[in-house]
Amino acid sequence: MMTTSPDFAIETHGLRKVFGPQVAVRNLSLTVPRGEIFGFLGPNGAGKSTSIKMLLGLVRPTAGRAQVLGAPVGDVAVRRHIGFLPEDFRFYEWLTATELVGLHGRLCGMTPARLRSRVPEVLDQVGLTPHRRRTLRGFSKGMLQRIGLAQALVHEPDLIFLDEPTSGLDPMGRRMVRDILRAERDRGATVFLNSHLLSEIEVTCDRVAFIKDGEVVATRDLGTGWQDETRVVVHAHGVSADAIAGLAPWASSPRLDGDHLQFTVASDQVLPHVVRHLVAAGADVFGVNRERMSLEEVFVTLMGEDRGL
Amino acid sequence: MKPIWIMAGLTLREAARRKILWTALLAGALLLAVFAVAMRLQVAEFQGRAMSPFVRYQVEAGMLMIGLYTCDLLAVVLTILTSIDTLAGEISSGTIHAIATKPIARWQILLGKFLGFVGMISTYVVVTFYATIGVAYATTGVLPQHPVRGLLLVIFECMVALSLTFMFGTWFSTLTNGVLVLGLQGVAFMGGWLEQVSGFSQSVHIVTLGIVSSLVMPGESLWRRAAYEMQTPLAGSLSFSPFANVSIPSLTALAYAGLYFAVVLTVAVYHFNRRDL
Repeated sequence: MMTTSPDFAIETHGLRKVFGPQVAVRNLSLTVPRGEIFGFLGPNGAGKSTSIKMLLGLVRPTAGRAQVLGAPVGDVAVRRHIGFLPEDFRFYEWLTATELVGLHGRLCGMTPARLRSRVPEVLDQVGLTPHRRRTLRGFSKGMLQRIGLAQALVHEPDLIFLDEPTSGLDPMGRRMVRDILRAERDRGATVFLNSHLLSEIEVTCDRVAFIKDGEVVATRDLGTGWQDETRVVVHAHGVSADAIAGLAPWASSPRLDGDHLQFTVASDQVLPHVVRHLVAAGADVFGVNRERMSLEEVFVTLMGEDRGL
Repeated sequence: MKPIWIMAGLTLREAARRKILWTALLAGALLLAVFAVAMRLQVAEFQGRAMSPFVRYQVEAGMLMIGLYTCDLLAVVLTILTSIDTLAGEISSGTIHAIATKPIARWQILLGKFLGFVGMISTYVVVTFYATIGVAYATTGVLPQHPVRGLLLVIFECMVALSLTFMFGTWFSTLTNGVLVLGLQGVAFMGGWLEQVSGFSQSVHIVTLGIVSSLVMPGESLWRRAAYEMQTPLAGSLSFSPFANVSIPSLTALAYAGLYFAVVLTVAVYHFNRRDL
């Protein structure tokens, strides 16, 4: 039996999903603290959408365990506290914006009295008040994303899953989503954000997990230490293979290109150790250059070269 | 309001917006007009002839059965065409994701949708049946023996077809679903005729084939029982057609149809509950 901590909105252990011969999610183990905006990053085909679907009970895991808001995945009652914006949100086109949001609110058990005040409020939040009486048939992709966001938020959930929420949105729409996510976090909600837009993640999320081939390969706390992650280029002669292998305790992804040795360190603090190690291993060090890595660079470093996926 | 009723209401509204429903109502209205003209012509023709009122009544009752059979066919086709997309289409488009992640169990989604369709189909059947009966009564004074029994059996026949579109809809695409259920309906139709033929034929093989066909899809046997309930007692012996019965489906056949419906709907719920969305 998995023990759950009240501090975590999501806990998974060894979650796995296999579709026939294809492994969609290999071994997903992660914890998402409550009250944070959590970014879920990975290349196409890494298993992000399948992971979200498992957490929402849409897809049945082949193996592993997971709890969402303290309940096992698939629990119907806990969904009252969960909101979800699917990728490419679509719904019955004949419903008006007000009807759609009201319908989803009713499905979440909201009373008609509460809906009367809440529906206009949430439509205003996503900027659809002028279109509240229009049917979805005439909605653009960006408007559909906005109404999708409204149905995910109408019941003021404790945990919100958003799958590519800014897809189809213009820059103003993206800013609106960012503001809404921050407001939701300030309200105490946890946001689980799946996005390709690393720049969006970088400015919005408190924490990110990188998923590759169906496994979490790294997590970063964007609020505090992640910016210490540094790429280092050392200009040196006579760097042996043994010297490179010996960098493992401090550095990752080392690569020697002529006289330039490139690697990544988690913190500047380890640089003196690295230089001492190289000198002791017989290398002549002429210079050390450091540069901060953007989230995109961290992503590329972790995921490796484009494999054409 | 319980989620299952929210789904039923939503499905009813969704189904009512489909063009196919209004097309079917239009088709029903046109057929009713043709039926009314035919009945009047028949009445006019009878007036010119010396005919026993008894025989005349039987012929007019037979014509009423033709009208009701047409209503039955339209209702079954409408049931299949409107419902093949409801699960299959929403699964493939992803529309179901926004619903299935709400605090509503999958069985409630499925049964809510099912109830919505039953509401729509029942309304259609009641309207077309009573309009047909009304026209027949107004022109000839003829009435079916047990219209309510017949009506309920036809609605049940539609529910059997509906359970199949729901079950296959949890596995297959809209198109495959439609082909499968219409194919089964064809089997049922053939089974009905074979069982009729078996009333005359001495071939054991034909009897067996007819029974097997009706077991695979018992929809048509429900219509034949409905026809038996509605027709005049003598009509069955007058002719051999889908509107009158030589071989009357027994109460056991009705019980089998009930069991078939329950099993198919249970399988639909079970599979929808387990499948990935």
